[in-house]
Amino acid sequence: MTPLVAIRDVRKRFGSFEALKGVSLDVTAGQVLCLIGASGSGKTTLLRCVNQLAEIDSGGIWLDGELLGLRADNGRLHRLSEAQIAKQRLKTGMVFQRFNLFAHMTALQNITEGPVQVQRRRPAEVTEEAMDLLRRVGLADKAASYPSELSGGQQQRVAIARALAMRPKLMLFDEPTSALDPELVGEVLAVMRELASTGMTMMVVTHELGFAREVADRVVYMDAGAIVEAGTPTEVLETPREPRTQAFLSAVIRR
Amino acid sequence: MSTHPTLAPGFPDLANLPAARRMHWGRWLAAAAIVAALALLGRAFAAGQIEWPYVARFLTVPVILDGIRNTVIMAVLAMALGIVLGVAIAVMRLSPNPVLKSVAAGYTWLFRGTPLILQLLLWFNLALVFPILGIPGLWSGRAVDIMTPFLSALLGLGINQGAYTSEVMRAGILSVDTGQYEAAQTIGMGRLLALRRIILPQAMRVVLPPLGNEFIGMVKATSLASVIQYPEVLHNAENIYYANSRVIELLIVAGLWYLLVVSILTPLQMLLERRFARGTTRIGK
Ligand SMILES: Nc1ncnc2c1ncn2[C@@H]1O[C@H](COP(=O)(O)OP(=O)(O)O)[C@@H](O)[C@H]1O
Ligand SMILES: [Mg+2]
Repeated sequence: MTPLVAIRDVRKRFGSFEALKGVSLDVTAGQVLCLIGASGSGKTTLLRCVNQLAEIDSGGIWLDGELLGLRADNGRLHRLSEAQIAKQRLKTGMVFQRFNLFAHMTALQNITEGPVQVQRRRPAEVTEEAMDLLRRVGLADKAASYPSELSGGQQQRVAIARALAMRPKLMLFDEPTSALDPELVGEVLAVMRELASTGMTMMVVTHELGFAREVADRVVYMDAGAIVEAGTPTEVLETPREPRTQAFLSAVIRR
Repeated sequence: MSTHPTLAPGFPDLANLPAARRMHWGRWLAAAAIVAALALLGRAFAAGQIEWPYVARFLTVPVILDGIRNTVIMAVLAMALGIVLGVAIAVMRLSPNPVLKSVAAGYTWLFRGTPLILQLLLWFNLALVFPILGIPGLWSGRAVDIMTPFLSALLGLGINQGAYTSEVMRAGILSVDTGQYEAAQTIGMGRLLALRRIILPQAMRVVLPPLGNEFIGMVKATSLASVIQYPEVLHNAENIYYANSRVIELLIVAGLWYLLVVSILTPLQMLLERRFARGTTRIGK
């Protein structure tokens, strides 16, 4: 079966610093992949390349069989226009560490904005679907609240609903719980767990090893811009073979 | 005899002592001094060479009312033009395209760097440079007919305002967190849609107070258009005192009208600010 996401030898540099040093990875449809690794190892950069918030320098990323950001035309590569890239982005949803809800819109408006303004779907139908999504993340009573009136955990759940409203094929999570107070982490992880159980394909950057162990189909450990070790949660988290993985895991567990 | 054995003794209970009010002697003194000064000033004006009945009579004559109407119309239209240009220039200035960027920078440099009255005179006298205006092959006309006082004033004031407004708008756009733009991108928005739906509405909160300031400046700047014969309130007041020599009285009439218009603007601005503050403060705070 062809993977939903195919990442091949992706390199990304910021100035003279190489943040991704040739990353290759497959994510099959329905899989939950957890990315772990120390701060600065390139996890965020990899997610940003997948939804084209960052432009890769070489290599290629295919999503749903389509090459991202580039078009091969009689033997040459051409960069896609901004409009074409925006269209490709519709297949991925992104959840940020800092939520990034639209501050001037209510929870409901945050969710309906994309489907109505970008996908041009009927507002009535979109609103109904958005209310369903709010119920699904347990926030039906917060539809009219502004982000500043919500806790961090509630904001992140609205952000997940906002991404889902676009009906993406792939969901990207960049440390969705690391900006949260400890007692709010559980409610966000519960929503993600439920989402995983529905068969959504997910790439999750996380330091929540318990979540990775329980929910992930595959765990990938990154260090210094490269994948060091990948496998099942048991392989990577319980019996890591690489010394760097072992050192990282014992540091995280000791914390 | 403390009920809290763990707390240190020696701090008496203050609950039964009455609270004494502080006397603000400084405030009373300052108020008295200001009232005295105002009374003296008022007496000087009442006894001075001002015929107050003339002020009252000319406050509402048709020529003055026409003038203030023209002032308000010009201020609103020129400000609208200034805001449209200001947004466009700010967006160009922030775009990744180096050509657009330098055009925007040049615009701001040119129109902020020369006196407004000079720009008004240039627009009004455009016919000296280009006798015929128009689009080649489509339409054309004589510049003296096209560059009326109204159009010259609108272009002069609006384009000049655009240069200042663009800097206000740029500051507003930059004040919005980049995460907002990235979130807009991830739901498939392009640059302009994100700007219109996400960035500008949030920039408005930062931009409104300085824009209110700019608008008040604009109301008064319209008086410069009197030099190119635009019949705003100062121009019309001057025309009256050329005939009847009541210079001070008519200047006071014009001044009172400016004050009235500016006074109405302040509460309007507060209404707008409240409208755009939605979502930025917690309820009840
Ligand atoms: N926009 C940027 N400009 C310069 N350096 C960057 C930028 N984004 C990330 N980096 C660098 O790339 C490296 C990887 O960053 P990141 O992907 O955010 O790591 P992680 O998410 O694993 O903590 C870091 O050293 C970081 O400083
Ligand atoms: Mg990161």
